[in-house]
This record gives sequence, C-alpha cells and structure tokens, in this order.
Amino acid sequence: MAQPGLDKRTQTKVEDQSSLKGTLASVFLLGFFLIITWVGVFLLFVNRF
Amino acid sequence: MSSFTEKIKKVDPRDAKLGMAHFYVAFIGLFIGGMAGLLQTLVRSGQYTLPAGIGYYQLLTLHGVVLALVMTTYFIMGFQLVAVSRTAGTLSNKQRTTAWIGFWLMTIGTVMAAVMILLNEASVLYTFYAPLQAHALFYVGLTLVIAGSWLGSAAIIMAYVAWRKQNPGQPSPLLTFMALVNTLMWVVATIGVASTVLFQLLPWSLGIVERVDVAVSRTLFWYFGHPLVYFWLLPAYMAWYVVVPKIIGGKIFSDSLARLSFILFLLFSIPVGFHHQLMEPGIDAAWKFLQVVLTFLVIIPSLMTAFSLFATFETFGRSKGATGLFGWLKELPWGDARFLIPFIGMLSFIPGGAGGIINASNQMNQVVHNTIWVTGHFHLTVATAVILTFFGISYWLIPHLTGRTLTKAMNKLAILQGVLWAIGMTFMSGAMHAAGLLGAPRRSAFSEYGGAAQAAEWIPYQIAQAVGGSILFIAIILVLYIFINLAFFAPKGEEEFPVGEAANLAEKAPMVLENWKLWLGIVVLLIAFAYTIPFIDLIENAPIGSKGYKLW
Amino acid sequence: MHIHKFEKIWLIFGVATLLVFLSVIGVSAFYLGNQPPSCLATINPEKVDTTAPFDKPGLNKVEGKEWDYELVFVASAFNYTPGEVEVPLGAKVKVIATTKDVVHGFNAAGTNINMMLEPGYISELVTTFDKAGEFLIVCNEYCGAGHHLMSSMIKVVE
Ligand SMILES: [Cu+2]
Repeated sequence: MAQPGLDKRTQTKVEDQSSLKGTLASVFLLGFFLIITWVGVFLLFVNRF
Repeated sequence: MSSFTEKIKKVDPRDAKLGMAHFYVAFIGLFIGGMAGLLQTLVRSGQYTLPAGIGYYQLLTLHGVVLALVMTTYFIMGFQLVAVSRTAGTLSNKQRTTAWIGFWLMTIGTVMAAVMILLNEASVLYTFYAPLQAHALFYVGLTLVIAGSWLGSAAIIMAYVAWRKQNPGQPSPLLTFMALVNTLMWVVATIGVASTVLFQLLPWSLGIVERVDVAVSRTLFWYFGHPLVYFWLLPAYMAWYVVVPKIIGGKIFSDSLARLSFILFLLFSIPVGFHHQLMEPGIDAAWKFLQVVLTFLVIIPSLMTAFSLFATFETFGRSKGATGLFGWLKELPWGDARFLIPFIGMLSFIPGGAGGIINASNQMNQVVHNTIWVTGHFHLTVATAVILTFFGISYWLIPHLTGRTLTKAMNKLAILQGVLWAIGMTFMSGAMHAAGLLGAPRRSAFSEYGGAAQAAEWIPYQIAQAVGGSILFIAIILVLYIFINLAFFAPKGEEEFPVGEAANLAEKAPMVLENWKLWLGIVVLLIAFAYTIPFIDLIENAPIGSKGYKLW
Repeated sequence: MHIHKFEKIWLIFGVATLLVFLSVIGVSAFYLGNQPPSCLATINPEKVDTTAPFDKPGLNKVEGKEWDYELVFVASAFNYTPGEVEVPLGAKVKVIATTKDVVHGFNAAGTNINMMLEPGYISELVTTFDKAGEFLIVCNEYCGAGHHLMSSMIKVVE
C-alpha cells in the first residue's frame, strides 16, 4: 500500500520542481489588486465634481 | 588566514569600520526622527499638545530631514560601500579615504541643518519649498550632505572601475553592479537639487539676490525628488534579489533579468518628476502627460521584480518537495528574521505600488494630491518596504561587521519588531489612506477647521494614526535595542554576509548591460526629451520672482 | 537572456494593463477636458488685489463663456478671500485662484478641486457643482505656522 503512494509522490515532486504556476497565480493576484484599487479611485474621480 | 577567508567571505575590518560609522548615524537618526513622528501623530489626534517652545512644523521638518534625507542616505551609503567591498573586493586606501571624507562632509552638513532646525530657523519641511526661506546655514548644510554623498559615490564608482580593469570581459558581481546603478542614478539626480540649493536658494537666503523663481526651484527639486525614492528603493531590491535567496537557501531566479530591471530603473526613474507637480499651474498639461507615460514605464521593472521574487520562493519551496499551487509558501523560513522582516517589506510594497500608480495617474492625482493619503502611501513604500528591508539587512550585516552573531533571543525580538511594525503601519497608513480620500490634508497640525463637519469626520482616523504611530515607536525602540546589542554586546562569532548565486550559472549576463556610455547616454537623452522644452517655457514665461518669507 | 514563458505572460498582461490605464486617463484628459489644472497664466503676486479678476474675489456671474460663473479666490498666509461663499447647485463654474505670498494649496475636500497656488501663477479649474452640501476648502501645502488654520467654505445650495 505504502509503496505506490510513495512513488506517486516522488513523481509529482519531479514534475513540480520546474513549475512556476504558483508564481503565475501570485503575480496575477497582484495584478488584479492593482486593477481593483486603480478602478476604485478612478470611479471616485468620475463621481466627484 | 586564506582558508579562513575561503570559508566565510568577510568584509575587511577597515571597510567594516567605514560601514559602521554610517550605520551609527543612521540609527541615531532613526531614534530622533521616530520620536518626532510619534509626537506628530499624538498632536494630530487632538489629545496632546507639544511642550512649550516646540513647533509642530519644526518637529515635522526634523522628522522629514532626519529620516527621509539623513537616515536613508547614511544607511544606503554604508550598505552599498560594504556590499561593494564584499563582492568586488576590499576597497583601496584611496577609495576608502574618499568615502571617509564624504562621510565627514555629510556629517558636518547634517549637524548644521539639524542645529538650524532646532533653533527654529528652518521650519520649511524637508522639501524646503521657496519662497519660505530658511537660514542660509540650513542650505549650506544640505549642500554639504549632497557633496559628501558624491564622494561616497565616487568611492563606489572607483571600486567598480578597478574591478572591471582587473577582470576584463567579465560581468561585474551582481551586488556591485546594482550598487553602481543606484550610485549613478543618485549622482545624475542630485544635480537638480544641488542646482536649486546652490544657485537659487543659497544666494537668495544670503541676500545676494532678492528674488527666487519658485516654479523653477520646485522643478529642479522634483527632478531630484522622484529618483530619490528609487534611491531608497533600489538597495531594498538589492537585498530582495541577491540576499534573500541565499538566506532561504534558494537561488537568484535570473541574474541577467535582475540587471536588466536595474538598468530600466536607471533610465526611467529620473525623467518623471512632473508627476509630483501635476497640480501646478506653470507646467503645460501635455508635458505633464508625457512624464506620466514615462512614469508608467518605471513600473515595468517592478513587475519583473515581483515575478522574480515569487519565482525564487516557489522554486525553492518545490525543491523541498512542496506541492500544490501555494504549498511552497510553507517551506519558507518564517522563523528567520533575516527573511521575515524583508518579506513583510515586500508585501507592503504591493499596496504601496498600487497607491503609487494611482498617484501618478495624471488627473486622478486631484483626488489625492497633498491629502494625507500621500503620507500613507510613502509610509508603505519607504517607511515599510524599504525600512523593514534595511532592518532585515542590519540584523545580519551589523554582527557581520562587528564580528558578532545574531542570537536566537535577538532573532525572536527582531521578529516581534517586524510584526509590531506591520500592525502599527496597518493602523497608521490605513487610516491615512482613508482620511486622505475624504480630503484630510497632509503636513498639518491638529485643526477642527472652525467646526466644519468634514473635518470632524477625519478625527477618528487621526486617533487611529496615533495608535499606529505609538505601536511603530515601540518597534523602533526594539530595533535600537537590537542594534545596540549587535554592535556592542552580542556574543563574538561569525555572521554570514549572504550573497546569492544565480539558478543558471551557465547564463552569463550580456556585457551590453555594463556599457555605461550607452545607458548614461540614453539617460541624458530621456531627461533632455522630458525636461528641455517645459523647462525653457518655465524660464521664458516666468513671473516676477518671490522675496523670502519666514512665516513660522 | 532567457525569459520564462510565465514571465512573458505576466509582463504582457502587466504592460497591457498599464496601457489601458494610460488610455483611459489620456482620453479623459485630452478629449473630455479633464486635464489637471495647468493654466500657465502669470500675475504679479504683489499686485494681486488690483489685478482682475482678483480685485473682485467671490462668485461672479459671467456671460458668453462656456461657464456660468467665475469663483475667484485670493490666498495669503493664513486665509482665503472669500472666507465663505454660496454656489447655486448645478452651476458650471470656473474656479480661479492665486496667492499673494508663499505657496498654498487649494483643495475642496471630497471634490476634485485640488490645485497648487504658486506666487506669480494663476490656477484655474472648470467644474459643475452638481452636489449640494458644504465643502471645506483647506490649504494642503505647508505655508507656515498657521497653515492648519487656513480654510474657506463653499456652500452648494439649491
Ligand atoms: Cu496656506
């Protein structure tokens, strides 16, 4: 039982080592934050006289 | 001896002494400036009045000059000198002597400016906008600080040139390259502030000329003022790119991209000063917009930096077996102050950067200009992202230079300091951002504005700022306690000066990145493009100049 | 120089976002007239009180212009003239201001009326007062010991 599980884990590990999908997700979260705050203040500008 | 240096690369004791001299002044400045900051937030809460004789704006001038100009410049000069010494080799006697003369010039200048502020002869804030006129010795002091920093800069440039001569065809060590870029930017930028101080403000304060051109002076100031904020930021980026990867046990994501981002900062940090002058009457709207576009270009290297840092963390985490989208976060050394403190700084740069984009967005600046939002903004960027990184650097650099070690107890205290800073700044900067959007002005003592309803809305936020300011002051006391421990009392030992290695050592940085004729040529062209015509316009259409005022 | 595929995606996304921001503010500024205040006109700061329109501070009805009123302010340490003014709701107004001495700010809190007043220059901004209420004008550029006491009030009334 333990043996195949371990194999699977090693496999994922090798596969994940070169992955930067977390980085991509992180920078896009950052990007969305920049957009939300900017749009927020832009709307304030538009709504004020 | 040689096997010893092999084992742990140490900064030469003579260079260490030079660095420590800078750090003593920087941390004394931190105490004075931090104290002033605390008192300001207390005054503005409306619950506290300053003891007789001290003016709010005198205190505010002290806070700005000591922290924004003195503390940062000393720390950066000290850090860059020892970083060059560590990565490009011990400074020559000539280089070191030059840097020492620079240090003493800066120190004489600092003392002169500080004395004038304490005598209430210079309550003009750290931006010293004419036609408010300070005592001539205040301007002389500032001139000496700048001149001194040029000598420190000369030492770094000489060390770089010497290294390149000894290693022809080789890209310079990354930290040395970065220190050089920041130094070159500083020299080009300070020409602006030196010009207005030497040729406009000093003769005017001495009575040699009667009037000063206010708009020209402001433009020269902001030609310097924006690269100034990058001069603060780039040493933090040096630590984020090069030092932090080594601390966590990972690699620099890409040496070449790190260099490229620094070159982009060099090119686009300077021709953007108008985004601080968007609300000014004397500059044409089209030229303002042009500099807004250039300002947006300087965002790109920060986008690159964000990717590189996340990638460094993720690659390291995955090499430790992390899985899932964000599993790598768990592998980071959260208990290590040398990592955690700069990391909090990095996080704070996300809202800091977001605010910066808003500030620079041309007419959107009308929403926030000179409101306390702006104060909240740069307390996230310089007073959190940059300063926490400087603290994080100090926690290994000070013991490295003094031959001591950061003990477990001090590491714990340092972590507490970082967490307190994050909490205090969330209160203070958050409340500043919110009050600023409601219109509360920056740089103002407590005022009910004749009982106006809007001004009453700001007061709860001002109380929150005082709460935040008090927490921050406790954190400053902790920093100073740790600094004194690391400088004088920590156990003797060897603390590492961490310098990261690139993930891909086979990839040599393109030599074009070290072609300074090319880059400085582009810098000059960009500045000429962005400034020549509007600057001539300002001079040609100038109104009659202003006499000096002392309204405090 | 090798750039990772994800980094390319991120930089393209980031740069595209910045371009959208710039386009939005560019169109708003150059085609919809929302330029930041950039009047360029100069004045002798020592003769403000005798120079039109500053010889008549306050709200003045005008004819034959794109705006219905001119709202004229004179700033000096540490007050604004007028110290209080009523503006009819919905009026299209050109706000015109200058300073007689040092640099002052001019910000009607909670509005986009926010401009620097510099000696020798006239600052202007055209806007439609489409919200009723009291708007506090504060000096938001440090001008001396009384800086925080420097204010005025615009009352937008029906
Ligand atoms: Cu004022």
